[in-house]
Amino acid sequence: MVHLTGEEKSAVAALWGKVNVEEVGGEALGRLLVVYPWTQRFFESFGDLSTADAVMKNPNVKKHGQKVLASFSEGLKHLDDLKGTFAALSELHCDKLHVDPENFRLLGNVLVVVLARHFGKEFTPELQSAYQKVVAGVATALAHKYH
Amino acid sequence: MLKRRVPLNPHENVQIQHSTPKNTLAYRGKPPLALLLVVYPWTQRFFDSFGNLSSPSAIMGNPKVKAHGKKVLTSFGDAVKNMDNLKGAFAKLSELHCDKLHVDPENFRLLGNVMVIILASHFGREFTPELQAAWQKLVAGVATALAHKYH
Repeated sequence: MVHLTGEEKSAVAALWGKVNVEEVGGEALGRLLVVYPWTQRFFESFGDLSTADAVMKNPNVKKHGQKVLASFSEGLKHLDDLKGTFAALSELHCDKLHVDPENFRLLGNVLVVVLARHFGKEFTPELQSAYQKVVAGVATALAHKYH
Repeated sequence: MLKRRVPLNPHENVQIQHSTPKNTLAYRGKPPLALLLVVYPWTQRFFDSFGNLSSPSAIMGNPKVKAHGKKVLTSFGDAVKNMDNLKGAFAKLSELHCDKLHVDPENFRLLGNVMVIILASHFGREFTPELQAAWQKLVAGVATALAHKYH
């Protein structure tokens, strides 16, 4: 569970309302693959990931990024039960995809960077603080079913 | 814990050096140390003597936080000039943070992440994936160097 005050929850939702989920998803996943290149190992079937430009323009990356962010959006509606919301995805990432949970934290951090980039001054310290809590909560929830 | 021992390649080095002069403006608007104390409130424990840290605006406006933040940034500036020998450059500070200040090295990584976020919010479009990658490597390198003398 993520401990956000009522004010933080409203602020998070208000900002998220302005997010172009499709665009931001592709950007966040793309930046993960560029900034932390070892994460590319999970996406070997995605085609050309040979340069930063290739990654950011890769249609499979964009599409998968959208999927990931749509899940995250869903999580935002269930901040009081992130573990429940992400239970199935947690099992999938452990049992089938074999993704080290540290990568969820990295993606969370990249998402915060992307939000900061898009919103500039509007991304206040309070919003940064709230979003940092949310992404940490999501990362923990995704790791919860690991064994 | 992920250790980024890969040094910056020449292209990344150039990107960092090129973007550094403009960073002062970014950090003036959002002082990294102050932001660390807001976003990760447990870090305030190292600054109990700094006065009013009771709210984000109190922290962001606190003169002791600002002054200490400048000190931290100056050190970081030294890092940018010594990217080939971060461990050497930060050896003394590493000992200080371990032996006297007792700071968990994880906090160095958090501060590094905060600095990257500040740059992203300031530079917007200009904060390309490559620039982000270069800065992320540098802050990771600094964090590792600061943890190097821990025992």
